[in-house]
Amino acid sequence: MNNMISLIFITIGILFNLLGCIGIIRLPDTYNRLQAATKCVTLGCCSILIGVCFHFGFSDAGVKALVAIPILFFTSTVAAHALIRGTYHFGIKLGKKSVKDDYKDAVK
Amino acid sequence: MRYVTVFILSLIFWLLLTFKITVPNIIVGSVASLICALIFTRFFIHNIYKLIQPHRYFWFLIYLVVFIWECIKANFDVAYRVLHPAMPIRPGIVKVKTTLKSELARTLLANSITMTPGTISVDIIGDYLYIHWIYVRSEDPEVYTSMITGAFEKYIKKIIE
Repeated sequence: MNNMISLIFITIGILFNLLGCIGIIRLPDTYNRLQAATKCVTLGCCSILIGVCFHFGFSDAGVKALVAIPILFFTSTVAAHALIRGTYHFGIKLGKKSVKDDYKDAVK
Repeated sequence: MRYVTVFILSLIFWLLLTFKITVPNIIVGSVASLICALIFTRFFIHNIYKLIQPHRYFWFLIYLVVFIWECIKANFDVAYRVLHPAMPIRPGIVKVKTTLKSELARTLLANSITMTPGTISVDIIGDYLYIHWIYVRSEDPEVYTSMITGAFEKYIKKIIE
């Protein structure tokens, strides 16, 4: 039973990771690509970690997988924020489809 | 007192990570926690008595449920935009005002916004958050402010402030 639950979680995680990778290829500019990369890959990895936790049960590997989830959440969101801010300050323009840019006035 | 709290929290974290209770392990963990406490206490919350008020944990659990639901929604949102042949995106950076004051609350709000559907936080300047939005649904500042921060701001205010 535990094995099956863990397999289901790991499959969902790999599926979301795949979607994130497709997003990185298909979306037009850096900012939109970061959106796909952050959201899908974070939840995909968390899902895989939950699957690992179910697989090992309450042992050292399982608890470590659970502890890794909040760390992954905080680090990936902060990393995405730093990357997107760095991209803007480096001078890369928003894509052609963009409709609004309030940040331009604030940076100057 | 703040140093002691940071020390105990880091020691618990160390024991969870190593997951064996032996004397050498606890000694190494204590030394590591002591170093952490000496360096990082100045970034810790200032009023530690907030840590032992139970109603904050209650709101934190509700916030967690809302957050996980939004997170799952965000993933299906990205999946829909990525797999749709015409790719329905209308990206832009919008400016959102926040009423939260403390730094921890603002960090938590920015992190929550990053994990919600279609939004990612770029910067905080003064009271304003700059958000990159993959599909700008409205041009009216009040409407999009409530759309972006409305779900989380009230819970974070109850948890931290």
